[in-house]
Amino acid sequence: MNEETTPMSGRKQVNDIVIKFVGDSGDGIQLSGNIFADTLAHIGLDMATFPDFPAEVRAPRNTTFGVSGFQIHFSNKKVLTPGDEYDVLVCFNPASLKVNLKNVKQGGIIIVDSSNFTPRSLETAGYTSNPLEDNSLDNYIVLQIPASEMSISINSDLDKKSAERTKNMYILGVLYNMFGFELKPAINYINNKFKNTSQLINANLKSLEEGYKFSETLKNFPKFYLAKCELIPGKYRDIQGNVATAWGLMAAAEKAGLHLFIGSYPITPATEILVELSKHRELGVKTFQAEDEIAGITSAIGASFAGALAATTTSGPGLSLKVEAMGLAVMTELPIVIVDVQRAGPSTGMPTKSEQADLYMSMFGRNGEAPIPIIAASSSVDCFFAAFEAAKIALEHMTPVILLSDGYIGLGSSVFRIPKMADLPEIRPPFADPNVKYYPYERDDEWYVRKWAIPGTPGLQHRVGGLEKSDIYGEVTTDAKNHEKMVINREEKIKRIAHKWPLQRITGPEDADLLVVSWGGTKGQVEGAIQNLTTKGYRISHTHFRYINPLPLNTHEILKSGKKVIVCELNRGQFANILRMNYQDIEFHQYNKVQGQPFTVRELENAFTELLNS
Amino acid sequence: MKKSINNTIPKSDVPLTPKDFESDQIIRWCPGCGDHMIVNSLKKVFAEIGYKKENYVVVSGIGCSSRLPYYVNSYGFHGIHGRANAIASGVKIANPKLSIWVATGDGDSLAIGGNHFIHVVRRNLDMNIILFNNQIYGLTKGQYSPTSPLGAVTKTSPYGTIEHPFTTGELVLGAQGTFFARSLDILVDLTTNVLFEAASHDGTSVIEIFQNCVIFNDGAYNEITNKENRDDNVLIVEDGQPMIFGKNKDKGLVLNNFNLEVVTIGENGITEKDILVHDAKTPSPFIHLMLAKMHHPWVFGVIRKTPAPTYDDLMEEQISMVKAKSNIKCMDDLLNSGDTWEIKE
Ligand code: SF4
Repeated sequence: MNEETTPMSGRKQVNDIVIKFVGDSGDGIQLSGNIFADTLAHIGLDMATFPDFPAEVRAPRNTTFGVSGFQIHFSNKKVLTPGDEYDVLVCFNPASLKVNLKNVKQGGIIIVDSSNFTPRSLETAGYTSNPLEDNSLDNYIVLQIPASEMSISINSDLDKKSAERTKNMYILGVLYNMFGFELKPAINYINNKFKNTSQLINANLKSLEEGYKFSETLKNFPKFYLAKCELIPGKYRDIQGNVATAWGLMAAAEKAGLHLFIGSYPITPATEILVELSKHRELGVKTFQAEDEIAGITSAIGASFAGALAATTTSGPGLSLKVEAMGLAVMTELPIVIVDVQRAGPSTGMPTKSEQADLYMSMFGRNGEAPIPIIAASSSVDCFFAAFEAAKIALEHMTPVILLSDGYIGLGSSVFRIPKMADLPEIRPPFADPNVKYYPYERDDEWYVRKWAIPGTPGLQHRVGGLEKSDIYGEVTTDAKNHEKMVINREEKIKRIAHKWPLQRITGPEDADLLVVSWGGTKGQVEGAIQNLTTKGYRISHTHFRYINPLPLNTHEILKSGKKVIVCELNRGQFANILRMNYQDIEFHQYNKVQGQPFTVRELENAFTELLNS
Repeated sequence: MKKSINNTIPKSDVPLTPKDFESDQIIRWCPGCGDHMIVNSLKKVFAEIGYKKENYVVVSGIGCSSRLPYYVNSYGFHGIHGRANAIASGVKIANPKLSIWVATGDGDSLAIGGNHFIHVVRRNLDMNIILFNNQIYGLTKGQYSPTSPLGAVTKTSPYGTIEHPFTTGELVLGAQGTFFARSLDILVDLTTNVLFEAASHDGTSVIEIFQNCVIFNDGAYNEITNKENRDDNVLIVEDGQPMIFGKNKDKGLVLNNFNLEVVTIGENGITEKDILVHDAKTPSPFIHLMLAKMHHPWVFGVIRKTPAPTYDDLMEEQISMVKAKSNIKCMDDLLNSGDTWEIKE
């Protein structure tokens, strides 16, 4: 937590804190997390958050598999990830302590609702002795707060259950004192949240204030202070990755002057995109909750044929079902965006856990020669820009585009500097001119893009479909030479998109001893590890890929710049192998993880130093 | 004189003829195939309906019937197997001012695409699904289909099928369909008629056409089509008319103990007044279901045409309603809505 002792009102100065709230689903974890995050935002600190849900909708109380959590990483500097180890762990029951203890920093702070450490809940969690009494937590600063008991006794006007519910506020009060935050933003939040139920407002506020006061009475209560933030000036909001994806698509539709159509089937962890888009009828968004994944994408293809910006959103198992229709979109050369919020596979796998293992499927998973551009979002906020860009490329190049996100950045949130629509690039679809004779497969020489003729336009009647068509004229044909030409045309169209991508960039020294390659949602962790190692004096550089297919034009040059090259990804080496296929003169080392969890900064540092020292 | 159709799809300023929908493609269906007659009826009815030429969209899946979009000069989409109804849904939702026609078969819509079929019917999206039922897989050269009768001998059932067939109308009604009509490929006038009725229906219209596959299932509908007893086997229903059929127009349907029964006018004291009058508009599906399932006689014409709100209308209404109430008029409004904060220099 980078402590420096300052005389500032007896508080230690810190720059960077990771807190995790954990407990049962009914403990108000997400609410405490949201209130805390809201206050951080008002103070102007940067942050990233990540909710952690159990797979079961309502697991039995006090069990280890029913533990849910909310993680917040905040700082007065740029925050790269939700953080891997916690400075402060807030536990509402023994089970949540048991599950999360391993990720608390040595010497970190553990706050427990001690009223909930009863023999019964200890036993359900699988403890044979009470960790609050058996010295097993000696390496940590443990703050025992009888939050449930206190909440009940100070809110005796309420029934016991409702009174006990305010324990999360009691503990929040302790945290506000710990970091020297004013209670005002929390009070405002509570007033808004419990509109019209003054009894609940009073109880929550009372617990919040009493918790704050109670912490003052604790011996050696740790107190911290964060200096002013270094964020770029501007207007900010908090945004979840999946919401950012939804908004990115909406922004692209507005920019292109098109209706937005979404054909999707709910699937974890992509569902929130559909949920978010369903809210926005006011901006004309047409969401179609299809009967299955296939209807999701095929309705999107139909909508695209009819002239809408069309997208379908899914996760791995859904992407598998969409494969045939993706080929149809390639063949008909119609624009659609296919969003895959990746989760751990194969098959149903681990729906709530993250992975980057759908890359092969995105690259190769279709019958025939069927190239599709792939863009991978690199953070929750980047989901907005990546979705916008995916739509722009789809519309301007008349092609399906796959946008890869993942459960980690999709469900995580971070601070978003609000862009102005006027600052986003224009989107200009290649509409056919009704006054010129239309040939469905006539292409422009520069980009190999065919024109988009929208039903309802007089004179542009034509037919497209999954059968191979003749070049230019678009008639059904099995002519041998024509098929080859069309395959090459479609391939060339995608290849040329590389000229639209920005050049691949490298950060760090030019003659680094190690070049780290990453792609997609792991950017934050990799940057964090490299920053730490650079401070320690290592010569290490980083290149992060957002554009996976086609690869940026200078990729080879960039990759050759490292003395050693390591590709890190949350799979068994899919991107590394794609790079090997393209650049056989380079030796690629790999660091891979398939545990359904993001990289930790520490494990990356270890992997990099090990390779550097070998 | 035909009734005219009133809806929001723009009408042509000039009168149209089937020639306006003539395509320059060489038709590749087998000579003698029932499909030829169906496409001719379709071009005729497009002209009669009179929407602007550019507002017709024909969507299909895979199968012999699904080649149809190439043979009509309109906007056309030849999809993938089973997905025509889902593709067409997207087209209609994206632009409700288009007139959507799906050409599909018993394999395309009742086997591989069965799920999309029942769901589009349930949603009552305003589109017309022409289901060519030849009780066989033609394009893959003669395997049984979900409508092949139990025991049918085909390439994949050399000892006869052991599957119970679907009745299209039963599925449509089970999915709360609002329009179901049936025709026979050779009855060109009836086909044109029911296609027009389908177009005038606001909602999902399913038109099942019994179509003879001369190559792999020739004569599947012989019982209905052969000249001698055709009239005794075919009842063409019309809304508001008594259900009378037969060579001598002396047979009719009556309701007896919740079952439809064939009676002869003049026998057992039965007069024309006793014959059940067809009510296509009634929301109750029970008689429609019995009509759809009947085999002696087979029932043709518009069996059901009952009003219900359509998905596309509800979508547009919801959008205008939400738009009128919301303060968010553009993306800049949305981006800056809710909880935001400034970081100053
Ligand atoms: S195979 Fe049968 S259905 Fe297909 S075109 Fe030939 S006759 Fe018609």
